[in-house]
Amino acid sequence: MSLFRDDGVVLRTQKLGEADRIITLLTRQHGRVRAVARGVRRTKSKFGARLEPFSHVDVQFFARGSELLGRGLPLCTQVETIAPHGGEIVGDYQRYTAGTAMLETAERFTDSEGVPAVQQYLLLVGALRTLAAGTHEPRLVLDAFLLRSLAVNGYAPSFDDCARCGLPGPNRFFSVASGGTVCGDCRPPGSVVPSPESLELLGALLAGDWATADACEPRFSREGSGMVAAYLQWHLERGLRSLRYVEK
Amino acid sequence: MYEGVVQDLIDELGRLPGVGPKSAQRIAFHILQADPTDVRRLAHALTEVKAKVRFCVVCGNVAQDERCRVCQDPRRDPAVICVVEESKDVVAIERTREFRGRYHVLGGAISPIEGVGPDDLRIRELLGRLADGSVTELILATDPNLEGEATATYLARMVKPMGLKVTRLASGLPVGGDLEYADEVTLGRAFEGRRLLDV
Ligand SMILES: [Zn+2]
Ligand SMILES: [Zn+2]
Repeated sequence: MSLFRDDGVVLRTQKLGEADRIITLLTRQHGRVRAVARGVRRTKSKFGARLEPFSHVDVQFFARGSELLGRGLPLCTQVETIAPHGGEIVGDYQRYTAGTAMLETAERFTDSEGVPAVQQYLLLVGALRTLAAGTHEPRLVLDAFLLRSLAVNGYAPSFDDCARCGLPGPNRFFSVASGGTVCGDCRPPGSVVPSPESLELLGALLAGDWATADACEPRFSREGSGMVAAYLQWHLERGLRSLRYVEK
Repeated sequence: MYEGVVQDLIDELGRLPGVGPKSAQRIAFHILQADPTDVRRLAHALTEVKAKVRFCVVCGNVAQDERCRVCQDPRRDPAVICVVEESKDVVAIERTREFRGRYHVLGGAISPIEGVGPDDLRIRELLGRLADGSVTELILATDPNLEGEATATYLARMVKPMGLKVTRLASGLPVGGDLEYADEVTLGRAFEGRRLLDV
């Protein structure tokens, strides 16, 4: 029996038995962790609303063995809030749908439990903070998060140089299967020709250039979102459930 | 693994909400040892509930007739509709004896991660009930958790152009508890929802 302490973001909760929940968290040190919160559904639970999705929390886990994961699910024994986020996100439906897609993405990119994914964790914490602050369009915050998640997981798309031969950009064609923009010689059948503004937006989102991203016209950001969704679906085995509920 | 019919029973019980494999086994053996008339009564109750109970055509609550008890009652105020997720929430609110209006049962809450969107709930039916302008207040009584809040946000935004009074059940401190044990979110909501003490 051992105690572990870690920071994490609640990704998902599932009912368990009469009053318990299984909480899925993305933690700083242990990657994705599932743990049981006993009695959390009772109105007088000591956890209160601390273990709702989007919450950034400091958790103490109790594990049966010497490792956090392995011998059954660990228990959450103490929870302190770092940032609740839920309130600011859930009071705005666009933020809620964008945020839910972020949580699902973070879960999908960390399919092995207990394997540290620090970069993915930091990306999620930052993106939720930005989303809750309401400083940028929720859809742009989501697209930036999706692109950077792809990048930290080794699928960085190119929006400038040719993804195949490296020919310096700008390149006109875009192919999901090739990894982004491609030159006229490399373009495979089925490549599309997006507007240069959309490509510029996606490059800005990936780089964190918010001034360029915020100034983008809606028609280009819509096209950009479509490209990000297509690129993401190509790299994930199963489609994201929550993406189709995201409001433009 | 047990033989045929016993295992079938354990499997069926195990599919019920909140029943794990251990509990399913315990219930199955309880049934095996129980009096045959008790078991027949249980089996009868199960088939009857499926045969007789349906959903109210107006509000979606469980009903024995076309309309539920509340919708049939002329003393209930048709100008106030309380929106809940499930029929069991109707029962909980009825127990308070505080509410004299009618209900609307959505059949769940919006949960994109579980693949449940607005179109999967009885939202279109709700808008239909609001269309003629006879409803003056809509009380959003979805669960005080994230999905319930998101559903309330969605509904409030959707009915905003209709200009009716939209209220949300207060969230805050549980009655009978100690303030120091409240979590930040709940305590924060209690502050937001504080009311004037008019003594
Ligand atoms: Zn090339
Ligand atoms: Zn009814």
